[in-house]
Amino acid sequence: MRAALADLGFRRENVVAVAGIGCHGRMTEYLDVNAFHAIHGRAVPVAEGVKLANPKLTVLVHTGDGDAYAIGLSHLLHAARRNIGIKVLVHNNMVYALTTGQAGPTTPRGLKTRSTPYGSVEEPFNPLLLLLASGATFVARGFSDDVQHLKELVKRAILHKGFAVIDVIQPCVTFYDARQWFKERAYKLEDESHDPSDFRAALEKSLEAERVPLGVIYEVEKPTFEELVLSREHPPLALRNLKVKQPLGKLLSRFE
Amino acid sequence: MVGGPAGSGVFATGTIAAKALVYHGYSVFATNEYPSLIRGGHQWFLVVARWNGEALAHRRQLDVVLALDNRTVELHAHKLRKGGFVVCDEKVAGSLPNAEGVVSLPLSQLVSEVGAPPVAVNVAGLAALFGMLGGSLEQLHAAIRSYYRGRERLAELNVKVAAAGYTVGAEHSDRAAPKLKYEPRGRRLLIDGNSAVALGLLAGGMSFFAAYPITPASPILHFLAEVQRETGVAVVQAECELAAINMAIGAAFAGARSAVATSGPGFSLMTESLGEAAMTETPIVVVNVQRAGPSTGLPTHTAQGDLRFAIHASHGEFPRVVLAPGDPVEAYELACEALNIAWRYQVPVILLSDKFLGESYWTIEKLPEVQPEEGAVLRGSGTPGYVRYKITDSGVSPMALPGTEGVRVYANSNEHDEQGIVTTDPAVVKAMQDKRWRKLLALREEAERRGVKVYGEGGVALLVWGSVKTIAMEALRDLGGVKLVQVVWLEPFPAKALREAVGSRRLLVAENNARGQLASLVREHVLREPDAILLKYDGQPLEPEEVIEFVRANAR
Repeated sequence: MRAALADLGFRRENVVAVAGIGCHGRMTEYLDVNAFHAIHGRAVPVAEGVKLANPKLTVLVHTGDGDAYAIGLSHLLHAARRNIGIKVLVHNNMVYALTTGQAGPTTPRGLKTRSTPYGSVEEPFNPLLLLLASGATFVARGFSDDVQHLKELVKRAILHKGFAVIDVIQPCVTFYDARQWFKERAYKLEDESHDPSDFRAALEKSLEAERVPLGVIYEVEKPTFEELVLSREHPPLALRNLKVKQPLGKLLSRFE
Repeated sequence: MVGGPAGSGVFATGTIAAKALVYHGYSVFATNEYPSLIRGGHQWFLVVARWNGEALAHRRQLDVVLALDNRTVELHAHKLRKGGFVVCDEKVAGSLPNAEGVVSLPLSQLVSEVGAPPVAVNVAGLAALFGMLGGSLEQLHAAIRSYYRGRERLAELNVKVAAAGYTVGAEHSDRAAPKLKYEPRGRRLLIDGNSAVALGLLAGGMSFFAAYPITPASPILHFLAEVQRETGVAVVQAECELAAINMAIGAAFAGARSAVATSGPGFSLMTESLGEAAMTETPIVVVNVQRAGPSTGLPTHTAQGDLRFAIHASHGEFPRVVLAPGDPVEAYELACEALNIAWRYQVPVILLSDKFLGESYWTIEKLPEVQPEEGAVLRGSGTPGYVRYKITDSGVSPMALPGTEGVRVYANSNEHDEQGIVTTDPAVVKAMQDKRWRKLLALREEAERRGVKVYGEGGVALLVWGSVKTIAMEALRDLGGVKLVQVVWLEPFPAKALREAVGSRRLLVAENNARGQLASLVREHVLREPDAILLKYDGQPLEPEEVIEFVRANAR
């Protein structure tokens, strides 16, 4: 993230990182940008509020698989549906690690954790498929093993107009070290002829189980929520001058 | 009173009647009750008009009932005063076992003659009533046009129906006495508590509003959504109350004055984030239009059951402000003030309204002057070494906004140091807690200065909060020797001001809840047991008559 922001030449004052609760949470302390460290599961709506108040800000969300795919799932899908211009990085380690190792929504079936000592009996869900179905206009997958590739993905997400999400596979070396498994199966979409503007092809890629595609799975341009919701005649919400009075007199005619 | 099944135009009829009576020169109060259904179920709308003095609340006795079905007659005709009567269509009259005191008119027939759909029988009935009472058809027409603003064809069709209904009613004017007076009194407003809150938030500089639909708070969302283009306020319907309050917190962190509105169930969902706003010191206003609980409870009925909850909601300890308006003027003032306080002290402010205040209507001359204040916000370029949570004597740390050159704004829901960085250092933790709690000193002073209002004088103090105010004021017409004491600031609690207002008088408390929550605050802060407590917790507002009987029975 730091490298991506440096490459893009963004001023740190104009960037806001919002984090939830989880192993990712300290991200805000590793980045020298404005930050809001929110409660568990609510980083996405906090970020939406920031973006609406001041659309000039670049708003990043750092969240985890517990934060975004379990407790805060609905916010993620609704933000995707709105196409609001926040950039969401899901640090997906497929396990609750900060709480010392319990199963989560992306934990593979059969995995033994402290909350599933006999093996997880639940089917993990497919976040990419879910996000595509929710209307996300930018869906990508990255892997912590290839930082250079991840940096380029982050840059594309930031430059994308509207909502962008990257599922970052980031295995936990303590509670579920799946690095080797992913290394053996990961490949880059750029190396194969994948057209990210093709929704059906994106669906196919999101369903792939034998291999793990990395890169931009889907990207399309649509009007953003902030373009549609915010008034063009008024300054950004955060910069309003309180001395400019609301035209309440006009509004009162309906009560006459 | 007008009554009928949901979907029969009871609300439209009542609102038009209320507006028309304001245009005649009356002071009008109106309230209504409806089921949590779109079609069917019984619904009523009550209009109280006073020529001399202010109409403040409902009364037990009715003068006239406009019945859109026979159930209305069954439920309400017994409340008619001597000489009062029921007006209805002849079809409804035909289905009644007893037609005594019923004025049966060919309303559905005249509606079909005018070429209007059968549902227009409501306006035909109302117009007939105005005809019987010798009211002004012109003012009734004006009220119809005002109600159907922006729907001109519908307005004109109803104007035609009203003209025909008025003529039919005028033929029966011998049945009705006294007659309506008419003397224009200039521009006045008929306004509900929900709209007054929305206007107060706008006057307070609110630029961001988020909500999830919930009865009885949704009218605030509807009104703000309707005026978003004229006012530039951003209105977001969130996916749930958790999203709504977190969006508002994010927007406020970025510098937008933000508020959310909900009712009890939604407020319950927001509680974790109240603590988040407090810990991150992000200014936020939460409006809770209370309804009867617990749980889903009575979604469309009133209660004051959330007072203690609002004061204590969320885990951990932090300063907050709880304000409760008693009428639309106070709702307007306090909504603006809630934003000012939130930004002055960077604390969550909860505005407690309820269904009765939110969805009843009062006549007012005009809204008072209010002024938004910026609070401790640093705008322009940053200062070197800026830290978000600077330890200050007042406990309030100047708030810079993201996007300010040379400044890093770091808000944290974890306990943090002055910079915002996570800490568990006991000394820092205590220093930050103490900093936040220092805000309470100034907040207490404000509460003592402005938190208690008194009306009238006497040897008995009648203590109320929130919407019981107008009901108690109405009761005061019939009571002598009573000093009405209203607590407007519930947290911090204005203990000294209340002790002074009550003095050595007998202390009676009236509340719309089961446990006497204001009474419990009196015990806690004033160390006094009230002499008597009147509680109502059946989904209905208190009746002025109940308050009168309660005060008379306990005055000595």
